[in-house]
Amino acid sequence: MEQKKSIKIRMNNISIEFPGVKALSNVHFEMESGNIRALIGANGAGKSTLMKVLSGANPHYQGQIYIDDQPVEIRSPKDAKKLGIEIVYQEVDTALIPYLSVAENIMLNSIVNKMENKQFVKWKEIKKKAKEVLQKLNIDIDVNALVSDLSLAEKQMVLIARAIVEECKFLILDEPTAPLSNTETKELFRIVKDLAKNENVGIIFISHRLHELFEICETITVMKDGMIVAEKVIDEQLTPKAIVELMLGRKFDDTYPKKQISIGDVILEVKNLNEKNGAVKNINLNVRKGEIVGISGLVGAGKTELCKTLFGAMKQSSGEIKLHNKVLNITDPYSAVKQGIALVPEERRKEGILVEEPVYSNISATSLHKYCDKLSFVNKSKEKETARNVIKDLGIKTPSENQLVKFLSGGNQQKVAVGKWIVSDAEIYIFDEPTKGVDVGAKRDIFELIERLAEMGKGIIYASCEFSEILAIADRTYIMYDGEIVKELDVKDSNEEELLYYSTGGR
Amino acid sequence: MEPNLNVNKRKPQFSLMDFLTKWGTVITVIFLFVLFSVLMPRTFLTASNMITILRSISIVTVIAIGVTISLTVNGFDLSVGSTATFADALIMTMFIWYGMPTSISIVLTIIIALSIACINSFFIVKVKIPDMLVTLASMFVFQGVAMTYSGGGSVSENMARLDGTPTTGKVPDIFDKIGQAPWIIIIMLVVVISVHIFLTYTKHGRYLYTVGGNLEAARLSGIPVNRYRTLAYFMSTFFATLGGIMLASRVGSAQINAGAGYLMPAVAAAYIGFSVAGAGKPNAIGTLIGALLVGILENGLVMLSVPYYSLDIVKGTVLMLALASTYFRSKD
Repeated sequence: MEQKKSIKIRMNNISIEFPGVKALSNVHFEMESGNIRALIGANGAGKSTLMKVLSGANPHYQGQIYIDDQPVEIRSPKDAKKLGIEIVYQEVDTALIPYLSVAENIMLNSIVNKMENKQFVKWKEIKKKAKEVLQKLNIDIDVNALVSDLSLAEKQMVLIARAIVEECKFLILDEPTAPLSNTETKELFRIVKDLAKNENVGIIFISHRLHELFEICETITVMKDGMIVAEKVIDEQLTPKAIVELMLGRKFDDTYPKKQISIGDVILEVKNLNEKNGAVKNINLNVRKGEIVGISGLVGAGKTELCKTLFGAMKQSSGEIKLHNKVLNITDPYSAVKQGIALVPEERRKEGILVEEPVYSNISATSLHKYCDKLSFVNKSKEKETARNVIKDLGIKTPSENQLVKFLSGGNQQKVAVGKWIVSDAEIYIFDEPTKGVDVGAKRDIFELIERLAEMGKGIIYASCEFSEILAIADRTYIMYDGEIVKELDVKDSNEEELLYYSTGGR
Repeated sequence: MEPNLNVNKRKPQFSLMDFLTKWGTVITVIFLFVLFSVLMPRTFLTASNMITILRSISIVTVIAIGVTISLTVNGFDLSVGSTATFADALIMTMFIWYGMPTSISIVLTIIIALSIACINSFFIVKVKIPDMLVTLASMFVFQGVAMTYSGGGSVSENMARLDGTPTTGKVPDIFDKIGQAPWIIIIMLVVVISVHIFLTYTKHGRYLYTVGGNLEAARLSGIPVNRYRTLAYFMSTFFATLGGIMLASRVGSAQINAGAGYLMPAVAAAYIGFSVAGAGKPNAIGTLIGALLVGILENGLVMLSVPYYSLDIVKGTVLMLALASTYFRSKD
């Protein structure tokens, strides 16, 4: 492969103002193709906004963008594509057409834009080209497969392949690793590195996972409150701790100081639980009063499925769930909630919140009966008062309880998704990846909240693929591998290596 | 913790576009009212004509309320027209063929017609066919059931049954009252206000909207979603049946496919109602205003001698515009 000419992109004095808030103020951002750049910042720091400007999804920016010192206008995604700037968003499904083949999805842009007056699709050529691109990336996916049959990681790769079909100079990856397992992440890194080295593509890598950025990126740009606060070369001197400090603008303790909470008797006992389609098998676990029990394991180990089975959102085929020595009959989430089990689901936008509704009705969604009189009339002022308390308690950033949830940032949406359960009277709280896509500050708030629930004598199940979180918050953890619990560990004598060992199938 | 920092403190800015999308429907109603009043001061702006308008929209409104409730759960009940036809035929045969008393006939009609809701919700909730397709099918089925039951013809007093049996039953006088002012208008207002209270102020109303807003989130919040979707279809069938009974009383006989003509205006009213006062979701008051808009338009145009068969063009256009305002706004 011939070495392609490097080009330089320079964003000068970029500002974006939404009504009442400056999302970006006078940002300078520069990079050269062939590099891998990390872009990091807390939620709402402006990294996505900045990248939306670069990819044309945010046309109302002020300032100037130069490519090789030539001023350019990027006012639509089409403008960006013409300049060779491509973006792969975290939500891969929104960009793919599930009923079409891999080849068609990869070649979508050229099928749509390059047909001109031709009316017939040349299937052979399309498949050939798609195959070539996949080969270039060293990816082994059948071009005839339907995209709906692919795994999340494969879908992401199809999108990357699509991005580089045309002359791609800069590729923006927005939180690409969040849904991936370790092996899949490694594969993605290999592809990204190859792209930078062989194809001279400039990669901008947005992520919350610091250690990943250290592994793959050469330079790092840190954003805070709509500004760039630091640009550093990643070398031995730079520590993740220093980056976290830059992101937050304050010192942050690496280890979360877990409170001592007295642990009582067993309140939840699960015996031989099986999911109908075998997604989880032979689950035996128990939770004590005031105890935070971790469910750790890699992505795809069956943690979400276990949470959903316990909550009745997936059907159990056999097994027994006992709460306070009483056998529960859980057929659906409704019966689970009635019997004292709450679940904060992983996919908050899809499963946890009502985006078109205000904050207060989201918070009361699980406990509306508490604000009702005998005739089921809702006492709105009582409902709103509770909502205001939850907002204050959790530090949800919103102008008022009447704000629609869709206007809140991701971290604050998550707090709403958690917040609605604190006001309900559950005995067992199941958290499925509650810190996904949440910044460090909000993570702390969520941890504190979970501890408070434990202090109230609730039993907590905390499922996460972030081992550090399990180690920080849980008292005891179960480790899942391939739908089964393979190990039970006391957290205080364990470490990340041990968790990883069992999570990867070690025995 | 420091809540309420760095947040979007939106200043209440006046925007003409916002104002128009919010109040456009109400402004249109007022505009049409004034326009027709100016054009025809002697005929349009009279007390009797006002009552005529209200009377003419009452059946549409009641049926539209049913559609509105099906829309709250993000569903869509297309079978309301056929349900009204079915109810119309049922109650008329009870009076004319069997000489049954008023109250029993009404109750029985409602109970029998609710079988449509059973079928609709079974296929929607259990078999998981998309709402619109199920109700499209049941619309056909019950259009046919109504026709088959009444023998493919109309049912009116002193008209012999298909097999030649003479009929002796009369439509009770008290039943006739239902279709006349003020009772028909009162029924409409009671329906609108009680459904408004139900949807806005009770737990159940909130749950219906929650289910419609995000089915999965509602399910995982422990709301019995299937129960509420079923409830929505039962309510929509109930109001369509009520509309059919009002229709029977108003006309005094059961005509072939009498209810079918109410489907489109009802759908229009419900969708126009979406945008009233910026609600952005189906609501009872909005539906009433939507029906009023259609009713005034129809009344005024008829008075202006626009032939009745051309009115569909106008009604269809109004629906299109209402949909445009709803979907145009939600695009951002």
